[in-house]
Amino acid sequence: MLSLGSGGGKSAKPSFVSYVTPEEINSEKDTPKEEKHPDLLPGEVVFCSASTVLKLTQDELSQRGTFGTLLCTNFRVSFISDEETGEETAPLFKNKLYGENDIPLSCVDNIYGGYEDKRKLVTGSQVKNKYPSKIIIHCKDLRVFQFALTFCKEEDAKRIFQGIVHHCLEPKSLKNIFAFSFCENTAFPEMQMQQRTMMFDSAEDWAQDLKRTKGSCRLVTENANFGLSPNLPQYFIVPESVSEADMTLFQGKGLPIWCWSHHSGCALFKTSNLPLQQEDNVPQSYMEKMLTAVAHNYLYSVKTEDLSDTLPTVQDIQLSYSKFKQFFFIDSTTDFWVSDMKWFSSLDNCGWLDIIRQCLQKAMEVVECLEKENNNVLIMEDGGSDLCCVISSLAQLMLDSYYRTLQGFQSLVQKEWVAGGHNFLDRCNQLHLKDKENVSPVFLLFLECVWQLLQQYGPAFQFSETYLTVLSDSIHVPVFSTFLFNSQHHRASILRQADSSHSQRGTLNCPTVWDWSVQFDCKAQQLFINPLYAEKPKLDKSMRRPHRPKHQRQLSLPSATFKTPPKKGFFKDETDSLKKILRVKRISRWMLSPDSPQPSSTSREFYEAWQRKPLDYHGLLLPCLDGPAVRIWMQRYLRWIQEVQIFGGGLVTVLSKVSDLLDEVQELQRQLDRHSSSLTSNHQRPRPRPISAETDSRLSVLLSSSFPFTTLKNNWSYKPAIPTGLLQSLMNSGNLADTEDDDQESLVRA
Amino acid sequence: MEKSGSIDSLGSKRSSSRQPSVDSLSSASTSRSDRSAQAKPPSAMSSDSVATSTELSPELRVRKPACHVLRDSSKEEPQLLPNEIVQDMAKDVTYICPFIGPLRGTLTVTNYRLFFNCIDRDPAFVLDLPLGVVSRVEKIGGASSRGDVSYGLVCKDMRNLRFAHKQMDDTLRKSIFEVLMKFAFPVSNGLQIFSFEYGQVFPENGWKVYDALTEYKRQGIPNESWRITKVNDHYELCDTYPSTLVVPVNIPDEELKRVAAFRAKGRIPVLSWIHPESQATVTRCSQPMVGVNGKRSKEDEKYLQAIMDANAQSHKLFIFDARPSVNAAANKMKGGGYESEDAYQNAELVFLDIHNIHVMRESLRKLKDVVYPNIEESHWLSNLESTHWLEHIKLILAGALRIADKVESGKTSVVVHCSDGWDRTAQLTSLAMLMLDGYYRTIRGFEVLLEKEWLSFGHRFQLRIGHGDKNHTDADRSPVFIQFIDCVWQMTRQFPAAFEFNEYFLVTILDHLYSCLFGTFLCNSEQQRVKEEIPKKTVSLWSYINSQLEEFTNPLYVNYSNHVLFPVVSLRHLELWVGYYIRWNPRMRPQEPVHQRYKELLAKRAELQKRVEELQREVTNRSASSSSERAGSPTRSITPVQTFV
Repeated sequence: MLSLGSGGGKSAKPSFVSYVTPEEINSEKDTPKEEKHPDLLPGEVVFCSASTVLKLTQDELSQRGTFGTLLCTNFRVSFISDEETGEETAPLFKNKLYGENDIPLSCVDNIYGGYEDKRKLVTGSQVKNKYPSKIIIHCKDLRVFQFALTFCKEEDAKRIFQGIVHHCLEPKSLKNIFAFSFCENTAFPEMQMQQRTMMFDSAEDWAQDLKRTKGSCRLVTENANFGLSPNLPQYFIVPESVSEADMTLFQGKGLPIWCWSHHSGCALFKTSNLPLQQEDNVPQSYMEKMLTAVAHNYLYSVKTEDLSDTLPTVQDIQLSYSKFKQFFFIDSTTDFWVSDMKWFSSLDNCGWLDIIRQCLQKAMEVVECLEKENNNVLIMEDGGSDLCCVISSLAQLMLDSYYRTLQGFQSLVQKEWVAGGHNFLDRCNQLHLKDKENVSPVFLLFLECVWQLLQQYGPAFQFSETYLTVLSDSIHVPVFSTFLFNSQHHRASILRQADSSHSQRGTLNCPTVWDWSVQFDCKAQQLFINPLYAEKPKLDKSMRRPHRPKHQRQLSLPSATFKTPPKKGFFKDETDSLKKILRVKRISRWMLSPDSPQPSSTSREFYEAWQRKPLDYHGLLLPCLDGPAVRIWMQRYLRWIQEVQIFGGGLVTVLSKVSDLLDEVQELQRQLDRHSSSLTSNHQRPRPRPISAETDSRLSVLLSSSFPFTTLKNNWSYKPAIPTGLLQSLMNSGNLADTEDDDQESLVRA
Repeated sequence: MEKSGSIDSLGSKRSSSRQPSVDSLSSASTSRSDRSAQAKPPSAMSSDSVATSTELSPELRVRKPACHVLRDSSKEEPQLLPNEIVQDMAKDVTYICPFIGPLRGTLTVTNYRLFFNCIDRDPAFVLDLPLGVVSRVEKIGGASSRGDVSYGLVCKDMRNLRFAHKQMDDTLRKSIFEVLMKFAFPVSNGLQIFSFEYGQVFPENGWKVYDALTEYKRQGIPNESWRITKVNDHYELCDTYPSTLVVPVNIPDEELKRVAAFRAKGRIPVLSWIHPESQATVTRCSQPMVGVNGKRSKEDEKYLQAIMDANAQSHKLFIFDARPSVNAAANKMKGGGYESEDAYQNAELVFLDIHNIHVMRESLRKLKDVVYPNIEESHWLSNLESTHWLEHIKLILAGALRIADKVESGKTSVVVHCSDGWDRTAQLTSLAMLMLDGYYRTIRGFEVLLEKEWLSFGHRFQLRIGHGDKNHTDADRSPVFIQFIDCVWQMTRQFPAAFEFNEYFLVTILDHLYSCLFGTFLCNSEQQRVKEEIPKKTVSLWSYINSQLEEFTNPLYVNYSNHVLFPVVSLRHLELWVGYYIRWNPRMRPQEPVHQRYKELLAKRAELQKRVEELQREVTNRSASSSSERAGSPTRSITPVQTFV
């Protein structure tokens, strides 16, 4: 067992010692001298600890494990093994903030107390003097920890149990979140990475994105100090004809916010639904006005889609996910093989994959409107910052290859989610509130959908599956400003308060999650890059598949009105635009009865028509949603489960090979450049180093499918996982099973 | 001079690396999917890409970019193979495609294939399938009011085809489907299977791929514990076994006969594989004839003891009975049964719970219902679960895993049997050998594995597949071999770099399992093949495959050498083989971006290496010859290479 992130905090910030005086620590516990400490992060304080805690291995039947110290700080629950661990086996993919035996407090999903044979969910309040013999912690990143307290001193055991329960489950105020004490004590240099990721907290970023997509809308800067409405972002873009008065009328509700412009000129907008008011014409006429404004954006057409009506609610999403995730908290081998029997139907029944499918389907319908019909699209939703964010960002990913680059994707999340006002704080329940009504993994759902696209069209994405998995984990690392606030206004007001109370230290500078160097070193960050990514070829036409003229494929298209979107700057002919003008009259009808969910047959046709064209990884991408195409995000969900690790296998074995080859190619390229320059300078260069892929490929054989999250260490295990339990019982063996097999004589031949 | 060479290299590369591999390199996933859709008959191999593309699967054909090829009017008719003769042709036949809708075109039937061609569409639509895949032909309904007659073709390769044509005015004229029926079921109609007529000559003779003695020699046999016996030279000991058998050294041939008397169909335990280090062995046989009275055989007991003794590392022997224990017990009623641990000292009996051929057949039938023609989105996983197909796959893989684990980790010899030892036993031994021995994970090694464990040991291909036989309800038919290939595919998914062959190789094997183009999968046993002179009269599938290995090679193959592969047999890691079972559905876009990308990078590397070398030569030349005149040589105009990697 490896100890937690040893080097990370230490090397970067030597100053942390001064903030946690030894006195403070001593006051928290009885026996400070014997206990081990993790390398605390700046601003991290140990609350309590207990020694001789036994961390059990996954299989609960074997009571084997490692002895060590369990402690709870204001950042994490941490276990430090008593065993000496070889520093040389430091994992390649190490998180600087927390190690493999650390659980950030916000990452705790559920705590169970193990009492003899029973297991009880700990809810917090009932903890008084009792403490269980075993603490079982389920983490939001799907890890499972089991700590036996039976060998601890009673006092220690009680204290650590209460401490963990208190700090992980009891509500806390935002200011007590670790990020604030961490950031107070750390100076983060401005990251280069950040500069390339557009944060959408300035007018320039919005202007740039609008310009990039050649949109023709209006950038609003009047809300920079939230003068218009706290519900609106600091900067945003609206259709040209929306007036300032319109923006304030309903505190920003009902206001169509620009998301993205299609090259035809039509654009995608999102809005939150107006509050329902009975017998009042104002909202309706306001809405008609807004719709007209949207329609004016391009050729007088608009299509609305009320996501609240057609997609699962945030509560549905939460319910489904809470069922789904349970399949991955495996307590024992027996558990694993028993649940294996009904694996497919369990997955089906929790509905999580179906929700993913519905979101992708909806996004595809939006794409269809933009791409095929060149309609402006206005998606709406009660809050305007949950499914609107999911659908608009998915649609943009499908339509715009810029967002499939690493920086583009991060910019997209900034634009649609962070600036777009997704309630990260509430949805992720960073404050451990007991009232879970607002909790819902909406952002995770989005990442799930992105993963589906990624696994279907690998070469289209610059970032890797590992990147998405790490991003999903980072939601629950309470350090990043990205996931701590409900909106830009919320963030601004909190930071202002914090600033005033700590004015002597200057402004708080919480890192964003995009500052990956906070968590990973450069080498580890390389795993974020997808080696399959086919970068946009520029001039080198000869290597590229000739692009055939698109009209060739149109004959087979079902709809006569379908025109493959022509190049940028192309305008539709007259008759077409007349048709669009006629449509504007129907807007009000759409308003009253929102579009019934489109019959999937039309989007089927859209998909099939698209599919018949040659695939262009830099063009439009549409997901295949047929049963087998929507899959489980194996890396995220199965990475900690011993039984499903493929030793020496998994996609990583080939991806690492591709990576190696990619490195070679780049190295050759550098050599080539060197040589061409040496031709001018006429310097002799050493011969290129012979490329030895052999040793590298050997290594890939030693990886496991859970790479990089679990490493094989020294115990390259040859022991396969053999199913146990009642295998035969699951088959509803009918008559056929009893038929004498193989024996032709015994059968009556037909 | 040199500079122009280096610039040309980009363009000339494509043409010089010839043949279809270039296809897959340049035209992305579509071409790969097309190829994996259906094996092209080998005649196409030598001809140009035009012919190649006509052989592709029908539905996938639609989105094949190279459609201009099909406008060629000569494509009205199929490219015939040697000795293939057109038997009938009908115009104005409607193929009711479940994905595109009705298509009107020309239907041609030869003694080998069905060929439907619709040129009204752009791109033209072609359906080209060997008659061997047809399981049954049925007339659907009578003559309707519109005078249409409709025929349904149920195929062995997971699809059903429906055709309709106008009622013949001339009632004496036979419908083309009657002609089709005649040639689809040659065995039932007293005709010869097409393999016997097809006379294509290939550069390599696939019948030479497997030689039992060579293979045993590779394994180090004979050795001090195992010998090769010729007792079955004339198939007298056991008519379903090969002539070459490996048995323990200290059991004389006379005793083998007495052991044979105690084993069903005389299939005595013989060696399949021996561990190169521990000498633990995999042996296979049929069930012992224990019967209700618990009969024993001294010779059989001694024989198993000899198998155990041949391995000094372990004093235990594991007997894996592939069946569920209930079925094994039920076999006692018919004289069969299983080894009692009382009679066989030091032996441990393990039941692997794999169901019989009838259960498997039914499971595949259900699977077809679920995936063809359309997949219901909403309850896909529950529907999949209800077919139990992957559960069966799991049990088979789990059984093989336990065998491999015992041999590798436990250094213990194992005996594997089911009832007759030619279905489940073949699955288990061959899969375990695939896990244990990297040789079988090469293309030639895999061919040897099939020749050995399946063909020579008498998996009854003729009965299980029903080549040319119209009796589609025959209870002896069962997808045992398909299951095995599926298991292999599951392993290739889990270890994408461990196998020399690719998915297309596996699909090709399954396609020619039915096609009746090659003699490889004809007959039920080695004895029958010898008697029918199959190697003399037909072409081997391996001739075709080995003559164009590049097509079937996994570019990412890494020699794992001595690594034993232990696949994960949890359903969490098993998935439905979309590229085979759902390949007719055009919505499922098969993709191999990793292979694709790797090949692109390999090409890129080769190109860069070449350029670097050229530059180096130039640098050396210059510094050697004219070190005095430098600066701004006019000949130097190397354009930097655009990397898009």
